Amino acid sequence: MADPMLPEPYRIARVRRETHDTFTLELLPINSARAMSFAPGQFNMLYVFGTGESAISISGATTDERLVHTIRAVGTVTRALQRLKRGDVIGVRGPFGTSWPMQEAIGRDVVIVTGGIGLAPLRPVIYQVLAQRAQYGKFVLLYGARTPRDLLYARELEKWRGQFDCGVEITLDTADNDWRGNVGFVTALIPSAQFNPTNTVAMICGPEVMMRFTAQELRKRGMRDEQIYLSLERNMKCAVGFCGHCQYGPHFICKDGPVFRYDRIASLLGKQEL
Amino acid sequence: MTAQTLEPILAEHPFFQGLAAEDIQLVAGCATNAVFKAGEVISREGEPANQFYLLREGKVALEIYVPERGQVVLQTLGAGELVGWSWLIPPYQWRFDVRAVEFVHAFALDGACLRGKCEANPRLGYELLKRVAQVFTERLMATRLQLLDVYGNRS
Ligand SMILES: Cc1cc2nc3c(=O)[nH]c(=O)nc-3n(C[C@H](O)[C@H](O)[C@H](O)COP(=O)(O)OP(=O)(O)OC[C@H]3O[C@@H](n4cnc5c(N)ncnc54)[C@H](O)[C@@H]3O)c2cc1C
Repeated sequence: MADPMLPEPYRIARVRRETHDTFTLELLPINSARAMSFAPGQFNMLYVFGTGESAISISGATTDERLVHTIRAVGTVTRALQRLKRGDVIGVRGPFGTSWPMQEAIGRDVVIVTGGIGLAPLRPVIYQVLAQRAQYGKFVLLYGARTPRDLLYARELEKWRGQFDCGVEITLDTADNDWRGNVGFVTALIPSAQFNPTNTVAMICGPEVMMRFTAQELRKRGMRDEQIYLSLERNMKCAVGFCGHCQYGPHFICKDGPVFRYDRIASLLGKQEL
Repeated sequence: MTAQTLEPILAEHPFFQGLAAEDIQLVAGCATNAVFKAGEVISREGEPANQFYLLREGKVALEIYVPERGQVVLQTLGAGELVGWSWLIPPYQWRFDVRAVEFVHAFALDGACLRGKCEANPRLGYELLKRVAQVFTERLMATRLQLLDVYGNRS
């Protein structure tokens, strides 16, 4: 990475609408031949000129030629990103932060538990596990969303579900009875998921409440805190550990995270005023 | 299948796991096998809750009819789970519709039969009540999390 504070210009090669409020941008660098390399779980700061910057995880495969980001429009910067079209240019700083434990996961079962937009930062993991399937044991993906229209990557989910060596379960908070899948909170999928708790790495990403209860449910299955990883997404500004905006107890999420091993932050989760 | 041959498989169901052999024997006297086709209605809101189910295979949906919206699924339950506790609590009526989403294989337990045994044998009654209370707690917790709408847009 050159100067981490200096955005590199990237051109939008494609915009994909994922759901009513979520979209994916595929970006190509203007000043170099190929997009940056990154590790699954890392994020970039995306800069909309004249508006501001947001931390957004990389949601594409590590082997992609394009840099892929999936974004939910929630406020000033993300809505400005949503208004952009193919050919527009944004600034990108990164990649920043810690990554998912792909090395530790080799030879073990991999359990992914996600909710809402939390599926995006884990998609690079899914791509990697599927591309190197023989390196891992059982693969389980548990995904919770609000309603059928909020399902991210619906077509890919269907494809992964159809693969005999993937245990994919989706659950919704509410649905009408034409929905044939599960209804309930994502934690309800954990007791019957097929994996060996003593030889598993779990990766969790979603709202903090969901991650807290998911970790508890995994512990009930017999997993230890050291086998559980989660990604924390608190607001941040500089992304390089200067400004203190994203301080979380003794940690800076931007450089010590966003991916943390659960035992290292368990005591902070759920605390107010952090 | 007779009650006697049901005993060993009943003892393996998560809801009864660890229950003393003599208690399993009592419970098995109230149990039968049940199967439902995908889409089949298992019970309807307001009907007497004569039975409850312990799922062995497949998935059921607890549903409620909402005018102008139709049948809304409140929750789905799968293998290893308990369906229905209205047999234990007056007025012993189903509070929701229950429908098989897929082919379902379950134990059907006669609620009145089991209530009778619990009244006569408070130790068994307490043991079962603790297990049902555990299910209540888990379902209430999950419902609370569902109600929080954690994936909703906060802005
Ligand atoms: C490491 C990291 C990775 C992230 N990855 C992604 C991603 O892949 N895709 C994605 O869509 N978002 C991701 N986010 C969240 C994203 O950074 C924020 O949604 C975004 O910065 C909000 O900026 P805004 O100007 O659009 O909204 P603002 O106008 O600043 O705020 C609008 C609303 O969004 C809420 N909000 C702001 N920041 C966050 C946040 N971090 N989490 C939840 N709510 C927030 C505010 O409380 C407010 O209600 C990530 C955040 C971090 C820290």
